[in-house]
Amino acid sequence: MTGAAILSVDGIEKRFAGVHALAGVSLSLYPGKIHCLAGENGSGKSTLIKTISGVEVPDAGTITIGGQTYQGLTPRTGIRNGIQVIYQDLSLFPNLSIAENIAIAPIIARGRLRFSPAEARAIAERVAARIHVDLPFSALAADVSVAQRQLTAICRALAQDARVLIMDEPTTALTRREVDSLFATVKLLRAQGVSIAFVSHKFEEILSISDEITVIRNGRVVAEGPASGFDHASLSEAMTGQRVNALGRRRADETAAPEALRADRIGVEGLLQDVSLRLNHGEILGVTGLLGSGREAVAEALFGIHPITSGQISIDGRPCEIRQVSDAVAQGIGYVPGDRLSEGLFLNHSVAQNVIAASTDKIPRNMGLVTKRAVSAIARRMIKAFGIKTPSDSVAVRTLSGGNQQRVVLAKWFVDKPRILILNGPTVGVDIGSKREITSLLRNLSADGTAIIVISDDVPELAEISDRIIVMRDGVVASELHGADISESRILKELAA
Amino acid sequence: MTASDFLSRLRGRHNEGIVALTIVLLALIVGALNPGFLGLATVFNVLRNSYEPLLFALGVMLVLLMGGIDVSFDAVGIFAGYGTSVLAAHGLLGGHLWLMFLVSTLIGAGLGAINALIVSLGRLSILIVTLGTRGIFVGVMLTFVGSSFISDLPMSLQTFNIDYLYQTHTATGQLAGLQILVVPIAITCLLIDLGLRFTVIGRGIYAVGGSEEAARRAGFPVGMIKTIVFCCAGALAGAAGMVHVSLIGYANPQDIVGNELIVIAAVVLGGASIFGGRGSVLGTVLGVLLLELIQYCLIILGVQSSWDNVAIGVMIFVGIALQVKRAPGGRARVFAGGAKPSESPS
Repeated sequence: MTGAAILSVDGIEKRFAGVHALAGVSLSLYPGKIHCLAGENGSGKSTLIKTISGVEVPDAGTITIGGQTYQGLTPRTGIRNGIQVIYQDLSLFPNLSIAENIAIAPIIARGRLRFSPAEARAIAERVAARIHVDLPFSALAADVSVAQRQLTAICRALAQDARVLIMDEPTTALTRREVDSLFATVKLLRAQGVSIAFVSHKFEEILSISDEITVIRNGRVVAEGPASGFDHASLSEAMTGQRVNALGRRRADETAAPEALRADRIGVEGLLQDVSLRLNHGEILGVTGLLGSGREAVAEALFGIHPITSGQISIDGRPCEIRQVSDAVAQGIGYVPGDRLSEGLFLNHSVAQNVIAASTDKIPRNMGLVTKRAVSAIARRMIKAFGIKTPSDSVAVRTLSGGNQQRVVLAKWFVDKPRILILNGPTVGVDIGSKREITSLLRNLSADGTAIIVISDDVPELAEISDRIIVMRDGVVASELHGADISESRILKELAA
Repeated sequence: MTASDFLSRLRGRHNEGIVALTIVLLALIVGALNPGFLGLATVFNVLRNSYEPLLFALGVMLVLLMGGIDVSFDAVGIFAGYGTSVLAAHGLLGGHLWLMFLVSTLIGAGLGAINALIVSLGRLSILIVTLGTRGIFVGVMLTFVGSSFISDLPMSLQTFNIDYLYQTHTATGQLAGLQILVVPIAITCLLIDLGLRFTVIGRGIYAVGGSEEAARRAGFPVGMIKTIVFCCAGALAGAAGMVHVSLIGYANPQDIVGNELIVIAAVVLGGASIFGGRGSVLGTVLGVLLLELIQYCLIILGVQSSWDNVAIGVMIFVGIALQVKRAPGGRARVFAGGAKPSESPS
């Protein structure tokens, strides 16, 4: 390891009302190195970041930066020492321009009353030039793409002379190409001597870009070292603590099962051109494509959210009309949306209420009224069946972890077993352990006969779970892969074509 | 600049161009229906009606920029205006016009500071707090300041009314003039616009409206910004109250409160987002002018005054519809900052 560490934490401990979030974590960040903090949800990685940036003060342990050792940092000392954190929500001002977003903090720090747009522009241009990016400086932050917003956040950090740049799950909302572009920028920063730490759970990315990896589990460092010393399996095992076997790819016999759903040349004005697909009972169909290819529109069309304006949908061989969501539900279709927090759950309601949300007419009634007991009974059955970790069925779903929230959304549709289940990005924002379990849950459901469509841009996941895959482009099906054709590299090739 | 860029610039970031165009079209249409309508007299009269709502509207806009809706402005206005009139009637202000306006503005600023205090202490939403203070201000005024008409106001106030920079006549022979008041009001608008665009505090107001948390992290003195905004809004409302009294010639404590609709409609129509973070002085000025023009036209055309409210209500819909249309997919408020739903933090 060349050079001294720019930031060191030693023996950090932090408790939150009885939960031991960090139980003695030590690590060092070096200039010109990319360091990944890998861990599941609940591992303590977020608390560690907050400790480093000064938002939280540890109960024990020290932080050494700029030659000084502290018992705890404040955000101001952190910033003064060049620590910049880019949180997942980016914390930009949507109504201010890119230039203002980048330059506002240093301008405030200069302590003047006057604000000069020209000065802001100059600062922004200088910083952007440093990482060779071109941004539309006078556009409002709300009007540019996610990738550009992220670059703006990075520029903003650099404008405050960041020496340590910490990024929390930076690639969650980026397309493949944008991820590559981001990594190129990060490597450039590394070459300039910036120390970069990022939190991630995506194996491929962790292994491809990190120099150093620290795996945290249950508030402790369980594995650390150069990235070259890790591979998929060892990383996964370190993060989950379990030996995880890759689920064997199961290739359903396509001709045997009866057809569950067929779409003949369906189109939705402005969203889909001409899509034809077939789904058999017990089959898992993967749908992928770049952003804007229409991959999500397919799901929304089949579920009645954006009803088709041309073509025909047939369920079990019978043509049917799906003009609104209730038509789809009546046909036995369930839908797990991509944005589960705003579209799939009633966050402030209890687990039980969320579970029965889609099947209120199936609850046994007592003299015409729905009783709490009946609801609880159904909820408890689903909690058991789906392995939802929750203290009780009456806690607000908001308090559950992402993985368990996703299980609630799934369970909702299984109160009245659907014949067809459509999932949009089922494991986005879900920790590794839960990811595995949800994937095998889907496998079991399809083995039981449910026909499943999974829309995803997580290529390894698709390759593992799908029996067939269709790749969308510009509102049409560009290619279809079956059987032995399915591999990560083949899918990536089709996407890039 | 491409054609579409040029059109965008013309349209304005907050649809100011559309409002301006509507004003012109409306004037032309009514002018065609009613010859003699188009002329300086109309301009002067519409302006005269606009001073008071404009001052109120600027204050509402400032608070709206921060992301809050202030409904106490009319109460602040009448409290300040009537209170100052009471002082003047007792001879305490020496009949000096400038002193009356100063006192009224300061009273307004003080009431604004009370709003700021309650909002920060109770950590309550601005709408709720100002709903409360609105009632309190009026109640306190009627109970402690007075509840009777004041018509013996200083001479300076009465003549101020007809102190014209330039005079002309309407088609029907009535006198219409450009009041001297237009100068200080124009200066006020200019100062506010410059302040919003070229001071750190001004940008801070927009920043707080865009994301209060991010504003804090960036180092903005959020508490101070909020206090300044409330005091300015109060000061503007206080000045508006005095303008009201001076234009009418007497002080009636039952005035102003109840006519707030047009102010809010003007602000919204002028492009200020009801979610906060967006808005401009130009847009607000145009919004007020358009609504006053509509009201004036209704009078000229002999339409029943009860249609006023319908017109204003429709304009509120139009203003909000224009805003929502611009936002992507109706999820205007959720800042699509790029993060997909993630794990609850640990």
